[in-house]
Amino acid sequence: MSAIIKAEHLSFAYQGDEDTPPVQALKDVSFEIEEGSFVAILGHNGCGKSTLAKLLCMIYTPDEGRLYINGRDMTADDVEEKDIYDARRRVGMVFQNPDNQLVATIVEEDVAFGCENLGIPSEKIRKRVDEALDTVGMRKYARHATHRLSGGQKQRIAIAGVIAMRRKCIIFDESTAMLDPGGRKEVMDTICRLNREEGITVIHITHYMNEATMADRVLVMNEGTVIMDGTPAEVFSRCGELWEAGLDVPQTTELLWKMREAGYDVRLDIFDPEECAKEIAKAIAEKR
Amino acid sequence: MKADIAFGQYCEGNSFLHRLDPRWKIIFALMYIVALFLAKNIFAFGLVALSIVLLWALSGIRAGILVKGLRPLLFIIAFTAIINIFWLKGETPLLPENWFFQIYLEGIINAVLIVLRVMVLVTGTSILLTYTTTPIALTDGIEQLLAPLAKIKIPVHEFSMMMTIALRFIPTLIEETDKIMSAQKARGSDFSTGSLTRRAKALIPILVPLFISAFRRAEDLATAMECRCYTGGAGRTRMNILHSTWRDAVMLLILCVFVAGIVLLNIFAPGYRFTM
Ligand SMILES: Nc1ncnc2c1ncn2[C@@H]1O[C@H](COP(=O)(O)OP(=O)(O)OP(=O)(O)O)[C@@H](O)[C@H]1O
Ligand SMILES: [Mg+2]
Repeated sequence: MSAIIKAEHLSFAYQGDEDTPPVQALKDVSFEIEEGSFVAILGHNGCGKSTLAKLLCMIYTPDEGRLYINGRDMTADDVEEKDIYDARRRVGMVFQNPDNQLVATIVEEDVAFGCENLGIPSEKIRKRVDEALDTVGMRKYARHATHRLSGGQKQRIAIAGVIAMRRKCIIFDESTAMLDPGGRKEVMDTICRLNREEGITVIHITHYMNEATMADRVLVMNEGTVIMDGTPAEVFSRCGELWEAGLDVPQTTELLWKMREAGYDVRLDIFDPEECAKEIAKAIAEKR
Repeated sequence: MKADIAFGQYCEGNSFLHRLDPRWKIIFALMYIVALFLAKNIFAFGLVALSIVLLWALSGIRAGILVKGLRPLLFIIAFTAIINIFWLKGETPLLPENWFFQIYLEGIINAVLIVLRVMVLVTGTSILLTYTTTPIALTDGIEQLLAPLAKIKIPVHEFSMMMTIALRFIPTLIEETDKIMSAQKARGSDFSTGSLTRRAKALIPILVPLFISAFRRAEDLATAMECRCYTGGAGRTRMNILHSTWRDAVMLLILCVFVAGIVLLNIFAPGYRFTM
């Protein structure tokens, strides 16, 4: 499998105005993202996650380092509008606030917006839009007004808009943050399905640890750098470091960690409550 | 304040008029307006009155809605009527000669016809454009009708995109205004008492956060649109292509007959010539 995104030593600073100093948002960030993988990015507020996502979507260009999208070096000197456009056709983004990313008043018109920009003929757009709405389970809302939908439904429409463009990679920047548990589950189910069934590469930025446990791989960021990179099991078993970076760990991990501190011999890489309970029961039984 | 401006005064329906092509509807509305101003005598006005009944029948809209739509015009209608009755000098006085003012038959006829024209003008164009067409369809129609102007560098697509986005965000901003107002009320501001200047001042704490949030939204939206490969009108296609059907042809025929009828009645029908 090849890497769809490859970042080498990326740095980026927001240039301040006259009286505000520049903010160094990213420092020496390197990673590779395999095609078809599901990567979660964690990190406390202001550690540079959104900035990273915007770099990957070519909204900002890095000050230093190299960024390859689908093998093309986007930081090379000969990059033109066309290359950026090309990269955006591959990598799409769903934002945090569902209200600020829908363009049209009617659901299906909004889903079609991206395809229309790509200059796809009418009948093909129609087909793609219907398919995308089916994928997110919103077909029966096709003619509804976007502003009357719930937050979760709006977010699913935004996802449909990205799917309809047939992107290979979708970045979700805290797309579940403004939703209630029900809406969050709807969106997470959709995201997982896209990854498993459609083979779309997913980069999911989140503050919810249980969402991160669904990923194949977790990147943890702190102060503009990547401090941990590994499977959820690997990353979450390093509780101490995560707490130091100002992050939570999944509740199961926290419980198991406390058990271990109390002298029980338990594994830390369990995220399912049932299994966690079994592990604890086993450990207690062994100790007796 | 849950006004659904995104749909304006659009009445859901599937009538003959609802199914016309919005591009043609704009042209029809213009033709209709011109025809109304061509009408010069009572017979031509009879045809005008008939036409509005026909439009109403084709639209399937409840008459009550149309009457309601005229209500804001009541003052203007009354005003023009009074001016015409009292100021117009005609040939057939209706009151005894020694009265200190005079009313002429012509004045009354004129007033009736003018009022009829204003009412038909408003109701007819509303039926064609606002009641049976969604603002989005209308925007699309205008964009496509004006598309040739893009050749002389008039930003037609940009204007229609602005319209679309405005329509999309009006409900969001209204909701937001509601929230901010509640928040300020909870902090003790009072919008409904005091002098006018006091009340205007009380609005500042609403407008400032509203503007700030609108700018933030605009920036987010611009980023989101860029991410979705938006690069302006060039090379863009549309999912919903507007189609003209036999209905548009029928409607065009009806309107042509209407215009011709008015012209012929103007020329050949006897009787009083209207002066405005
Ligand atoms: N437009 C901007 N101009 C200047 N500085 C900015 C801008 N956007 C973000 N920053 C700064 O860059 C740093 C990284 O911000 P970023 O938005 O990437 O954080 P984040 O990890 O996404 O946080 P959150 O979890 O709150 O979304 C922060 O210190 C922030 O203050
Ligand atoms: Mg962020």
